[in-house]
Amino acid sequence: MSSTAAVAAHGAHAEHHALGFWRTYIFSQDHKMIGKQFLFMALFMMAIGGLMAMLMRWELAFPETQVPGFQWVPEPFMYEGAIPPNTYNAMFTMHATIMIFFVVIPILVGCFGNFLIPLMIGAREMAFPKLNMLSFWVGAVAGVIMLSSFFVPGGSAASGWTSYAPLSALAIYTGVDWGQNLWCISIIVLGASSLMGSINYITTIVNMRTQGLYFFRLPLVIWSLFITAILMLLALPMLTTALALLLFDRIGGTHFFLPSGGGEPLLWQHLFWFFGQPEIYVMILPAMGIVSDIIATFSRKPIFGYRTMAYAMVAIAVLAWTEWGQHMLQSGMDPALGAGFMFATMIVAVPAALVTFNWLGTLYKGNIRYTAAMMNALAFVAMFVIGGMSGIWMASAPVNMYLHSTYFVVAHIHYVLFGGSLFGIFAGITYWYPKMFGRMMNETLGKIHFWITFVTFNCTFFPMYILGMAGHMRRIYNPQQYDFLKPIIPINEFISISSFVLGAAQFLFLANIVWSCFKGAKAAENPWRANTLEWTTPSPPPHGNWPGTAPIVYRGPYEFSSPEVAEDYLPQSLLLKRSKAAAD
Amino acid sequence: MLEYLYFPHDISTFGPQVDWLFELIFWIVIVVWAVVMIPMLVLMIRYRARPGRKAQYIEGNSRLEIIWTMATAAILLAVAFMSRSTWADIKEHGPPGQVFYLVNGKQFNWEFTYPGPDGKFGTKHDLTIENELHVPVNKVVRIDLTSKDVIHSFFVPNLRLKQDVVPGHVIQVWFEATETGQYEIACAELCGFGHSGMKADLIVQSQEDFDKWLKDTYAHPPAPPAPAAPATPPQGASPK
Repeated sequence: MSSTAAVAAHGAHAEHHALGFWRTYIFSQDHKMIGKQFLFMALFMMAIGGLMAMLMRWELAFPETQVPGFQWVPEPFMYEGAIPPNTYNAMFTMHATIMIFFVVIPILVGCFGNFLIPLMIGAREMAFPKLNMLSFWVGAVAGVIMLSSFFVPGGSAASGWTSYAPLSALAIYTGVDWGQNLWCISIIVLGASSLMGSINYITTIVNMRTQGLYFFRLPLVIWSLFITAILMLLALPMLTTALALLLFDRIGGTHFFLPSGGGEPLLWQHLFWFFGQPEIYVMILPAMGIVSDIIATFSRKPIFGYRTMAYAMVAIAVLAWTEWGQHMLQSGMDPALGAGFMFATMIVAVPAALVTFNWLGTLYKGNIRYTAAMMNALAFVAMFVIGGMSGIWMASAPVNMYLHSTYFVVAHIHYVLFGGSLFGIFAGITYWYPKMFGRMMNETLGKIHFWITFVTFNCTFFPMYILGMAGHMRRIYNPQQYDFLKPIIPINEFISISSFVLGAAQFLFLANIVWSCFKGAKAAENPWRANTLEWTTPSPPPHGNWPGTAPIVYRGPYEFSSPEVAEDYLPQSLLLKRSKAAAD
Repeated sequence: MLEYLYFPHDISTFGPQVDWLFELIFWIVIVVWAVVMIPMLVLMIRYRARPGRKAQYIEGNSRLEIIWTMATAAILLAVAFMSRSTWADIKEHGPPGQVFYLVNGKQFNWEFTYPGPDGKFGTKHDLTIENELHVPVNKVVRIDLTSKDVIHSFFVPNLRLKQDVVPGHVIQVWFEATETGQYEIACAELCGFGHSGMKADLIVQSQEDFDKWLKDTYAHPPAPPAPAAPATPPQGASPK
């Protein structure tokens, strides 16, 4: 372990406290500040993506009527507040793009990855601090490009977040010209940002773990971020390639995806989903890691089957590369090939189920403390079970034939990405907030937010399974055009009203973040009495992370209620006489 | 309203197989959900924090982990194998039958071309009708699907049939309708600003009615469809 030298070298940096405003808050190379920058960028984008979801829900429940309060939007985006079809297509495209690329991944990977990795592995900084700063600012540029696409003639991209060619490949098919080009450019730029982050995470975790912190003593959240970084490093070049080809088709007159010139539309889908399927695990694995840490901490018990949890996450990451065709079962791909993808997809449920059962095992004979963070973490488990199991229907190829491209899919992805990732994010932010900002988040407000969100989330997304069974196609502008969908109009109205409450409730969370930042109770060093290394330094940690020497690790991260000590927790860095031998 | 909380009425020969698989998975999911959620709730209540109590130090249990891993794998593989045979029946080797139509998807209409008595496409007997698909009941109907512009998806909820329609590919699907009547055909793949309204009617007729319709239509053919309008969408077409 090379860490002793690294720690000594970084110790010298810890002296430089007096950086100016710009170097501290804007062009910061401090991993903690960069993590917070990612967080605030993502929260800002979440407000925009959420607003679009609200407008879509209005349109679906009350098609072709004026949205109250939106009369000011100029034509051709809206007509005195009524949403035209092109704007509707642009909204679901941008809702998904923003939520996936600019909210869930920046928070899970950008915010938690940056903030937690050095603190939890006993390092004073990331391996490449300048690259880290560049990663954020390149990401911010991508965000600006994406948002600017709303304001070009023709509006923003409107061919879905999957942007299937040929629809996305020629401007005449959608009427969107530079909007789609900027969409491609923005995601290529964002991919560069993510690559920089991935390289940094991998290097840091491999090389900069403190003394005694073997791989099998890493917290599961670090395991998950490590696996995620490898997935992103391998998957992103595929997306960048596909986007570059699409851009050539759009502005260079090539025919990679256009059959008129001998191109192959299905090539886009293969490239996109070869990236997209690992991407889906990028969005859920870190949340699994976060939830594992929180459930162990608040059950006051070791995580059940620590090593199998790590192996299961590795298995999910490996299987991710064999499943991309599950999105293409009805695409015209050879049905025999589709059958193979069906088996691969079914198999990934095995490690996912193992992880779930291990969370339950962690609760067994625990001493469970229901903080807002724990409630969100448990909600993650419950919602992930529903979201994951609804995937079985879609994995089954013949059933997929009926359910594909219906609201069943929309319900499934939202149970996994909102019920899963986002509840994991709520849990993680609440849990690490004291370390980030030095103050506790308000518990009461956190619990009110949790209950409203939990109830309205289910009211919003569970009925979508029923819509999907009725055959309700996704991405349609006006379901009332179809006779067979007329009986379910009341369900659409119910969903929309629930979603408005759900959307409004998120302001409670934002308010809690802002209010607690100034008025929250001062946080102690280790408010949750947890074991991992980030809790051995003041809240918030100083520049260089530890005021004195960096901690040395003597044991695994989940030694709660250990018989060796009287307290119900045993920090990784606490030297007991008996365990000294184990560290050497 | 309760009868709508399920699939639309099935009129396809392979529909019952699809519905059966759906229901099989439904019951598996309900049971597994209960097996996970009931213990979870019990554990959450039983082991809530009590002052003075300490959690029990348990690191794991390899035997339990192996059991629940194997159980999950067995259930999923069973589902996959059962799905496999149905999938093969529907998509890989369906029954032989006459190719009735060439279906062209285009923004934002369905074009159904009937080859006429010679059974060949591209001859003067071709009869192209927009947005109305007439087929005889109780007969295997094969149709060739292709697209003139972007990807569409041919979706007939009552037939449990969905197949993407891809430009540059001709994809053949089959079905056998078991009941006469009029049903809706939808486009299930985003194809542009008019995607939502890209619908057609499936009209299942008795053989006699179908023959009569064919004869009448040949006697008075519909005006040929207008040449594909340039698909330049208005800057946000105004709502109807």
